[in-house]
Amino acid sequence: MSALSVLQLAQEANLPGGAATGVGEAVAFWILGPVALAGALGMVSARNAVHSALCLAGTMLSLGLLYMAQGALFLGFVQIIVYTGAVMMLFLFVLMLVGRDSSDSVVEVLRGQRAAALLFGVGLAVLLVAAVGRAFTDVTPAGLAANGANWNGNVPGIGQLIFTRYLFAFELTSALLITAALGAMVLAYAQTRAHAKPGQRATVEARLRGEHDRISPLPGPGVFATANSVAVPALLPDGSIAPESLAAIIDRTEVAAPPEPAPDDAHALTGRPHGNDNGNGVRA
Amino acid sequence: MSTTYYLLLSALLFSIGAVGVLVRRNAIVVFMCVELMLNAVNLSLVTFARINGALDGQVMAFFVMVVAAAEVVVGLAIIMSIFRTRRTASIDDANLLKY
Repeated sequence: MSALSVLQLAQEANLPGGAATGVGEAVAFWILGPVALAGALGMVSARNAVHSALCLAGTMLSLGLLYMAQGALFLGFVQIIVYTGAVMMLFLFVLMLVGRDSSDSVVEVLRGQRAAALLFGVGLAVLLVAAVGRAFTDVTPAGLAANGANWNGNVPGIGQLIFTRYLFAFELTSALLITAALGAMVLAYAQTRAHAKPGQRATVEARLRGEHDRISPLPGPGVFATANSVAVPALLPDGSIAPESLAAIIDRTEVAAPPEPAPDDAHALTGRPHGNDNGNGVRA
Repeated sequence: MSTTYYLLLSALLFSIGAVGVLVRRNAIVVFMCVELMLNAVNLSLVTFARINGALDGQVMAFFVMVVAAAEVVVGLAIIMSIFRTRRTASIDDANLLKY
């Protein structure tokens, strides 16, 4: 369903006599409602947590479209942007951090808990459906008609309410969001004092005390070979290969034996003419 | 079609979310089920706003969304820190307070 037709649905809900639901809205509901239900069921039943997240994203998307069909344009867009855009991506990020193959254990810690939970769920659903079905049999919705609450459009109406009647609650949400952001930073911060990384000064002092294998860092590749590719070993001043500059996992490029006596131009040590690009992205 | 169908859909989604919270063992999936329950309530709030012909229900749904966003951030941070110390995201393994 395109956004345009959703907007038409929203206008339909805003018609002057827009209390009753139109045919277009019924079609949208009978498509989106089953999609939302299927997504929810898939989320609960999927073994893989990533599949659960994707099913939930589908459910939230169709719920957002249902909001729009009911004349809540602002909430519909916020639902899509905040929930399917931000919150679900956050979920997926944490899933990837935690390890996406951390599937559920099939061991029941409490015996019969799964069956009891299913029974509870079915009972809750029957209770809610029966109560709602009985209580709302002959409700004629007042509708957010063109001369009603949405007379000036949905977003200005909500804005008026937020900045007048609900102003204090709205200000409180800013405090809540700042607190939540701070709390997340404090909780997720890995470098506590117990697990602090050594700083530069501590590393230097440890080196000078001889706690490391050598006092200097390992030689970088290709320093004297005049190529800084990792595959090219560094040459010592006498032309021999510095063994510590070789990476264990990379096949090294062959370095020509230095001619005797050593030429004046250090580039000649590589056996390649000076000034050519050697294919490693560096100038040889 | 009456607006009651929206409320029925909301009730079913809420029940499915509740079952998921009780059945699933992965903390992140449990969290997703809580989100589904919040969304189901939002759907009924939007429907109530339409039935009443006032926008207050939509404002309430808006506030629910704000609180849910804050809750997701803090909850996922808690799950991350538990995972960092115990190398598991299963809610059966977080049982230190039991003993």
